[in-house]
Amino acid sequence: MERDKNFVLGVFEDEDVLLDAVSKVRESGVKIHEVYSPFPVHGIDDVLGYKRSRLPIAAFLFGILGTTLALTMQFYMMKIDWPMIIGGKDHAGLPNFIPVTFELTVLLAAFGMVGVFMISSNLKPWAQPRIFDLRITDDKHVMAIDLATNASIGEAQIGEILKSSGASEVNNKSFE
Amino acid sequence: MQVTSSVREPLITGGKTLKDVTHDVSRQVEGKPTLGWILGLLVAVGVLLLGSLALVATLWEGIGMWGLNKTVGWAWDITNFVWWVGIGHAGTLISAVLLLFRQKWRMAINRAAEAMTIFAVICAAMFPVIHMGRPWLGAYWALPLPNTFGSLWVNFNSPLLWDVFAISTYFSVSLVFWYIGLIPDFATIRDRATGLRRTIYGALSFGWDGAAKTWSRYESVALILAGLATPLVLSVHTIVSFDFATSVIPGWHTTIFPPYFVAGAIFSGFAMVLTLMIITRKLFKLEDYITIGHIELMNIVIIITGSIVGIAYITEFFIAWYSGVAAEQYAFMNRAFGPYAWAYWSMMTCNVISPQLFWFKKIRTSIVATFALSIVVNIGMWFERFVIIVTSLHRDYLPSSWAMFYPTISDVGVYLFTFGLFFTLFLLFAKFFPVINMAEVKSIVKSSSEKVNK
Repeated sequence: MERDKNFVLGVFEDEDVLLDAVSKVRESGVKIHEVYSPFPVHGIDDVLGYKRSRLPIAAFLFGILGTTLALTMQFYMMKIDWPMIIGGKDHAGLPNFIPVTFELTVLLAAFGMVGVFMISSNLKPWAQPRIFDLRITDDKHVMAIDLATNASIGEAQIGEILKSSGASEVNNKSFE
Repeated sequence: MQVTSSVREPLITGGKTLKDVTHDVSRQVEGKPTLGWILGLLVAVGVLLLGSLALVATLWEGIGMWGLNKTVGWAWDITNFVWWVGIGHAGTLISAVLLLFRQKWRMAINRAAEAMTIFAVICAAMFPVIHMGRPWLGAYWALPLPNTFGSLWVNFNSPLLWDVFAISTYFSVSLVFWYIGLIPDFATIRDRATGLRRTIYGALSFGWDGAAKTWSRYESVALILAGLATPLVLSVHTIVSFDFATSVIPGWHTTIFPPYFVAGAIFSGFAMVLTLMIITRKLFKLEDYITIGHIELMNIVIIITGSIVGIAYITEFFIAWYSGVAAEQYAFMNRAFGPYAWAYWSMMTCNVISPQLFWFKKIRTSIVATFALSIVVNIGMWFERFVIIVTSLHRDYLPSSWAMFYPTISDVGVYLFTFGLFFTLFLLFAKFFPVINMAEVKSIVKSSSEKVNK
């Protein structure tokens, strides 16, 4: 059987039942493809075994880039390229450059992080998402289990495990 | 695990389920526009068109169309600018600072408040651009662009330039923060729709599928953006206050300005959020999400910031006397008892006295009183900026150049234009975008609805 095509879906009504179910399903040896929810369920990344996002690191690096660019730009323009001599001094002092440096740090950190988030999560206006169930963005949590990766367990038994761990419905979904 | 207190008021009333949240919020996006909305939009566009006559006249003839003179070089333009920027502070404060403080009541109001922020900053940014006189050259004066003047750069020592960076960063980051929050809700509308609407909201939702991995990243993006936006909110009005505080004009040259301006901005921002939310909840029947509890909490923020502003006014006065500087003392006596005393005492009444009424629980939980007082605060905060700017300028060091400022019809018209623009944008937002953050509200349905607490 081909991977990533045929799924068993467990539909859950309640986020706390879902959290327990994720642990139970994983303990029974079934590999979960992904869980889809209408809102962020706290603690689900832990029970699914997802690592913490590294997006804060991206934000930090883009922030550093912003600081560097801002200071380089200001010192180049005010000190090297066209120093304004007032009272015998070129007025290029660090304290005056702090506000713009701060703003550009925040700007690059925010845009850089959001850019990385968009790319890593494949968010783009022309993206065609695979929708497992239309109710995912409304009121249902859906646990998708790939039949191919769990071939040794079998469809019927996966359905049993889902039912016993609290799924209100068990459906099948296939993609072309 | 969610711990809820049985004494805590529920944030969502009416025993709403997840499906109800989707339905109640998506309803006005999908339904035909209501008569109230159409009439509102017609008025807003009418004001916009009327105001644009004054705007075009100002752009064509120059800022000589305004009531400015050699003594009073800044008046309504910069007053309106600071007023709108101040209003634009509540949105990001609600969504960023209250997120860091884990205040869940923010969830029902953050979407609309952020939209208000973005539209208010658009209105604010118009004034510095127009007041340059020849805005088509403005990019060279405001941005470090290579040019043929020997590459004479913009002056990074100037607070006016810091302001350009502060406002544009604030606008861009707020816009991104707002849009990231909108993506899951656009997906909700996409999944309920068919045909053209599905295509449009499908593109707007960026292919959101609600996967746990994406939600996990989304939460981490929201947290970091909140962490970045919090100092950003505080920096913006601080830098706006530098426009005045770093000058040598008596009445402007004060170190108290940054915190005083930030408190004033939050004060006026919350007042405008209340004005808009009271209308929105009524028009779209969202009383179960934006409850009296929400209104009361916002009124408490208004008491706190209003009192900070009041203390700042008194401190300024005291320090002017205590400084022993004659020019400084005169500037403040002139403010309170000179020809603009009416503006000063309007400001004092609207900003210092009227919010104190919110100490009475009956008043701060009354919708009518809150609506009326929120407008009073907005008027008061406009007068605050007018008082600071015009009374400090109109009688400067040289008595021979003392003058008064009288607004012309173009001053009024350009201000009206921004009102028209603001309400047009807000009404379009309220119709075509989900006005409440459905995904966030759904995450507290279980822990904060009436059912659980019963």
